[in-house]
Amino acid sequence: MAALCVEELLARAEQPHRSVAVEKELELEFDLGNLLALDRNMPPSMPRAAGAQRESRLRSLARDNTQLLVAQLWGLPAGRAEGATGPLVAQLPEPSYRLPREKPLPRPRPPTRWEQFARLKGIRRRKRTSLVWDEAAKQWRRRWGYERAGGDPARDWLIEVPAGADPNEDQFAKRLREKREKVARNEFNRLRNIARGALPGRGLHPTGQQSRAELGRATQVARVSTASLGRFQPRLPKEPPAPPPRGGRKRHFEPLLGDLAAERRRQLELLRGLGSKKPPLDLTRAVNKQLREEDAQAAAGKGRKRGQRGKRGRQRPGGGKGPAGGKGKKGGIRRRQQQQRPAGRKRS
Amino acid sequence: MEALDRVVKPKTKRAKRFLEKREPKLTENTKNAILIKGGNANLTVTETLKDIYALKKPFAVLYKKKNITRPFEDQTSLEFFSKKSDCSLFLFGSHNKKRPNNLIIGRMFDYHVLDMIELGIEKFVSLKDIKNSKCPEGTKPMLIFAGDTFDLNEEYRRLKSLLIDFFRGPTVPTIRLAGLEYVLHFTAMDGKIYMRSYKVLLKKSGCKIPRIELEEMGPSLDLVMRRTHLASEDLYKLSLKQPKALKPKKKKNISHDVFGTSYGRIHMQKQDLSKLQTRKMKGLKKRPSAKMTEEDEGISPKKLKSV
Repeated sequence: MAALCVEELLARAEQPHRSVAVEKELELEFDLGNLLALDRNMPPSMPRAAGAQRESRLRSLARDNTQLLVAQLWGLPAGRAEGATGPLVAQLPEPSYRLPREKPLPRPRPPTRWEQFARLKGIRRRKRTSLVWDEAAKQWRRRWGYERAGGDPARDWLIEVPAGADPNEDQFAKRLREKREKVARNEFNRLRNIARGALPGRGLHPTGQQSRAELGRATQVARVSTASLGRFQPRLPKEPPAPPPRGGRKRHFEPLLGDLAAERRRQLELLRGLGSKKPPLDLTRAVNKQLREEDAQAAAGKGRKRGQRGKRGRQRPGGGKGPAGGKGKKGGIRRRQQQQRPAGRKRS
Repeated sequence: MEALDRVVKPKTKRAKRFLEKREPKLTENTKNAILIKGGNANLTVTETLKDIYALKKPFAVLYKKKNITRPFEDQTSLEFFSKKSDCSLFLFGSHNKKRPNNLIIGRMFDYHVLDMIELGIEKFVSLKDIKNSKCPEGTKPMLIFAGDTFDLNEEYRRLKSLLIDFFRGPTVPTIRLAGLEYVLHFTAMDGKIYMRSYKVLLKKSGCKIPRIELEEMGPSLDLVMRRTHLASEDLYKLSLKQPKALKPKKKKNISHDVFGTSYGRIHMQKQDLSKLQTRKMKGLKKRPSAKMTEEDEGISPKKLKSV
């Protein structure tokens, strides 16, 4: 009887060391996907505790919290990996604690020219077999690449001259040239597809990774995006001064009370010119200028015919060249108009 | 695929794989960390960096040389390192008279600094100083944050988010229960942050859940918060944005009862009830003789009225 009592006592004494229950004021918050537990209870404040005491208190707090977390983890649906004798493995849920991403969300690619056309026409991608039967070699060979079916066209030692072709033409060179042109056209189309991906507002949103040129372009667009198209925008402190407007139709007037020294200088020059005995018109220079203008007009007359043909041909591919072409045309018109001015007019 | 959309396409498959690994994806890679020593790094700081590198292997890079930069003034060199080694977390250790035993922990978004928090090391006990058995490299740690300061104070909240990001390791779908070997416990108390690492011993208990005993294992740090450089609200929100494709799709028009019965809801268009297809009762069909009698009956009452 005494022995039984002793055993009971021992069992009861051992129990508190083996229990898995933990008392907490507030429930912990768990994120099992990250193996995370958040304890909102106030920690026992020990401002002047010695090192060892603090360590033991921290350790007991950690033990309690870990016990609760492990209890949650053991509550997850578990299975045995690799058959019945494998290790016990629990299925973790998705992590619920929101953490910032490393990189921004991936942008969807704009469809290429072919993809747009295919979508319009309803063309779907056909799955092709990887191997093709080669009659000559009586073998399954790959469609392209090393030892392709039908032989490598570049290695032909003989090319038949086709029916309507010039007999003196070098067929090998022609094949090589055509291949180069194909590659170049492919590359051009690829770059055009990439450039198409650059929508008008693409370089203008701040990404933090823009080059100096891109930022310059962005500031320029920002300046011009006002109701008066940037005419009254003041310059930023370190921005270089505005470049002088080139080819402006309106006349440029000096400010009324600007540079007094320059005004004085100009007036004195004028008086000097009026007072001098030399004629204002230099005859030789005027005659040379007239001759030059006549030559230029003759050349422009010839070039205009050729230029018009070229412009019509250029307008067919792509609207992207539209505004560029327009600017060129305007400049050309202005240039031609300038040449038609009378020769005797003095150019200041 | 951005690797193929570049102006200069990669010429080898290896280069293409390299670029694809670094481009933005729907589900991202595990974040890597760079551990850098500052201009004047003393023994404490270097030991700390080495220990944290041991905890974070293989998702960390420890730079051997000293880099004389000041992260709080100029972030360009950190951003350059992050871009070169494709790491979005960093830990910069330095020491000077004004800020002794300084650790700057931070993270990047799109290779630009998002958050940076400067912590001072008050006390440090290294892995080497504690003569206990350690856990294997690459174990996923359990993280526990104790203290209400981690919720009330904004800076502490960001610090908590940073520490979780830093130490959590790869995201796994399943975990071996016997392999839960190590726990990192952070306590915010009396203005300090106590970080302790313990090795977990699972002991037998009466029930299925094992009893936990802890053994001090790894580096223990007493930290105090110094300066912070937190991201603005909108940048932080932008970085938190998750792609819609990853959100679980909700099944619409299905509701559940208390008893477990599931109800579905069907939405119909407006029906013209006169044209409804019902069962045909052949016996009730109108016969031609019946039609004629109806017509007479219809006419006669009118006549009667007029009379």
